[in-house]
Amino acid sequence: MWNLLQIELFKISKRPRTYIAFVAVAAIVFIFQFAFKADGQSYMDLMLQNVKDSFELEKTKAINGYFMCYIILNTLLIQVPILVALIAADSISGEANMGTLRLLISKPISRTQLILVKFAAATIFTIFLLLWMAVTALFFSLLIFGADDMLIFRTKGEESQILQITKDDIMWRYLAAFAYATVALTVIAALSLLLSIFAENSIGPIIATVCIVIVCTIISNINVPIIDRNVKPFLFTSYLVGWKGFFYIGVSPQGVPIKGSVENWPAIRNSLLILIAHIFILVGASIVVFNRKDIVS
Amino acid sequence: MSLIIEVNHLSKKFKNNYAVNDLSFTVNEGDIYGFLGQNGAGKSTTIRMLLTLIKPTEGDINLFGKKLSSHRSEILRQVGAVIEKPDLYKYLSAYDNLSIFAKMSGIKVTKQLLMQQLQMVGLHDRAKDNVRTFSQGMKQRLGIAVALVHNPALIILDEPTNGLDPQGIADMRNLILQLSREMGKTVLISSHLLSEIELIATRMIIINKGKKMVEGNVAELLDPAHTLIEVETLDNIAAKRLLLQSAWAPYVQNNNQLQLMMDKKNVPQLIKYLADMDIQMLSVNASHSLENYFLSLTTQPGHVEFASN
Amino acid sequence: MIKKVSFFVTINLLMGIMLQAQVLDATTLIQKVKANIDKVNDYEATGKMITNVTFLKVPQADVKVYFKKPNKLKIKNEKGISFVPKSAVSINLNNILNGNKYSVLDAGKDKIGNTIVRVVKLLPEDDNADVVLSTLYIDEATMVIRRAKTTTRENGSYQLEMTYGKYVTYGLPDKIIFTFNTKDYKLPKGVTFDFDDGTQNNKTSSDKAKSKTGSAEISFSSYLVNKGVAEEMFK
Repeated sequence: MWNLLQIELFKISKRPRTYIAFVAVAAIVFIFQFAFKADGQSYMDLMLQNVKDSFELEKTKAINGYFMCYIILNTLLIQVPILVALIAADSISGEANMGTLRLLISKPISRTQLILVKFAAATIFTIFLLLWMAVTALFFSLLIFGADDMLIFRTKGEESQILQITKDDIMWRYLAAFAYATVALTVIAALSLLLSIFAENSIGPIIATVCIVIVCTIISNINVPIIDRNVKPFLFTSYLVGWKGFFYIGVSPQGVPIKGSVENWPAIRNSLLILIAHIFILVGASIVVFNRKDIVS
Repeated sequence: MSLIIEVNHLSKKFKNNYAVNDLSFTVNEGDIYGFLGQNGAGKSTTIRMLLTLIKPTEGDINLFGKKLSSHRSEILRQVGAVIEKPDLYKYLSAYDNLSIFAKMSGIKVTKQLLMQQLQMVGLHDRAKDNVRTFSQGMKQRLGIAVALVHNPALIILDEPTNGLDPQGIADMRNLILQLSREMGKTVLISSHLLSEIELIATRMIIINKGKKMVEGNVAELLDPAHTLIEVETLDNIAAKRLLLQSAWAPYVQNNNQLQLMMDKKNVPQLIKYLADMDIQMLSVNASHSLENYFLSLTTQPGHVEFASN
Repeated sequence: MIKKVSFFVTINLLMGIMLQAQVLDATTLIQKVKANIDKVNDYEATGKMITNVTFLKVPQADVKVYFKKPNKLKIKNEKGISFVPKSAVSINLNNILNGNKYSVLDAGKDKIGNTIVRVVKLLPEDDNADVVLSTLYIDEATMVIRRAKTTTRENGSYQLEMTYGKYVTYGLPDKIIFTFNTKDYKLPKGVTFDFDDGTQNNKTSSDKAKSKTGSAEISFSSYLVNKGVAEEMFK
């Protein structure tokens, strides 16, 4: 199994398309950093809206590495599923397209093994992609913008809030958030893997994955009570942004943030469990479907 | 001599069509087994079932005396295959491709072994080049190297000469003969060209529409005692009438043409007889019955008349 | 007995007259308070600030407050970032008492805790001034302002509540609670994709009313008075 995984990772590492994702992440991150270095004040003004006249804030300090990373992740984690799909959706369909699938299947490896190895490889790719994001979006931002307290702009129900997390209370939250994001993106990888079984080129499953993610994300964000209650809990995209839960710091009844706390750990934990359940279901379905499939490509 | 492949009442149904229909055949150790049929006859489907790419609807397959469905890994370790086009990872080198598939076959891979294999197919000096840059013939050779790298006892080649130039076809033929004669491998080779099979195969099967038409030793099936002689004269009807009244009558075929199924060595006598009877001959063509039969399958799908027994 | 009664009446009358005299002297009272404050040319104060605004969940901040006559004031946090209410510069009482361009009205007496205080209203004479009305609650014993309510044209109204300790002679408080009006904060829609963890805010009507005002509480631990403050601190 380890041997097979090594082969799979070797194959991924040799493909040019693998590096598209890394270049794309670096490019997006760099553009963000450049834009905020040049004119982060406008963004702050936009976020502060009507209260910018009532409060004085050292915006240059507020636009620091930690804040930048949050802003970048906020945007990037919507797009990263595409990058994960780029590799994961190619798992089976790419082999079918190239014609190597017939050869793979005729080797003394079970199809279940093959799916598990493909899934593991896609997961490892996802982890590397997130590590790369951590390096570029977090550590490079810290180098460029420095470290300071972090502001979180958030809508909670009907209300908008600004949370402040002191800088000595942030790093663990990022570690947790990246770990959570890994699980969330692994769901995407599992979905892409399942879709890739049905296709004979990778374009279809990539587009299908992206469409599913986009449509579900839009529905997740419609904010109509009837959808919030009846549809949202059943969409996995509602849980993809759960990493933010680690930045919703708990506050005392006086409204003072409590260092080292999160507002709603059970919600994060439940989201995480729901995502993990998705992974099991999707990978399980992939195994069943793939084992039944006739390879006619 | 043991049975390497034993296929019993194998069927595969796709939606409402039977691609393979109640097919049974056996391949013995050391055979070069020709698997002949027109395109769409069910050759590929059968080969894919032998390699577990497709699951049979009915029937069972035994390889090396073991049930394929229950001893899959164990059996496939001893099988090497080139299925249709020899598609490989284009973005990897010949060496890497070979290495990957060797590892997947569960053998211990050494650089020496891989280079030796590449040497055998004449690609050792292109070992580090990407497959993307290879010609069809080179890909085919690399495909063969991949199929052989784990030293399998059974080699399955699905249309191995597709897309090859005449030299490539000749090379492939020699390689197959070498594998069989010098290394004692059992080879199953599919083709839609009889001419290709008859040159190398020891045994063969012809299938059409998923059904077995004929199976046997190539030597027997291509017996010159069953040669179809087609005579073209100025007046075929008169000539046929004449022949039906002569000693040649048992050999005359019952169709619209002037054809006789007979031993090839008697052709000069036939020509002499017709000449003596003042029949104006335009041409006499001798073709093997199997070839004609096979042609009738390939040119008139669905209209089968077996010309010999 | 009658004598005693008449004595008390006399005392009361006298006191009444004295009080009457003080009422007339509200302007003087302000002048005295102002004189007290004027002793301070500049200061650098160290303290802790707690911001209490509904939509702001910020930690207690270590701040330094720099002041220089006539009306330069800057609140800086020592580390990290903090939201400083812009109207907080009005904790500089010079802002209110500056110049003489206001009418002084005596509004009687009130009580803050156990202390009886004088209530004085200041009406700026300039019709275009931002401050419309200031109400000061002055402790006569120490000549310091205990509470100040200011209504402005543009920036709503705010209130200062001050407690004094060892810097009372300079008119500098140990603790200021600054209450001000805030607008409702609303994030632009679609900017954030928030994680909806299912918790709902059960806001009562009183919460909603409360959200209209915010407060900042600064507790000073030390002052450096008249030691000079560099100009660049106010940038």
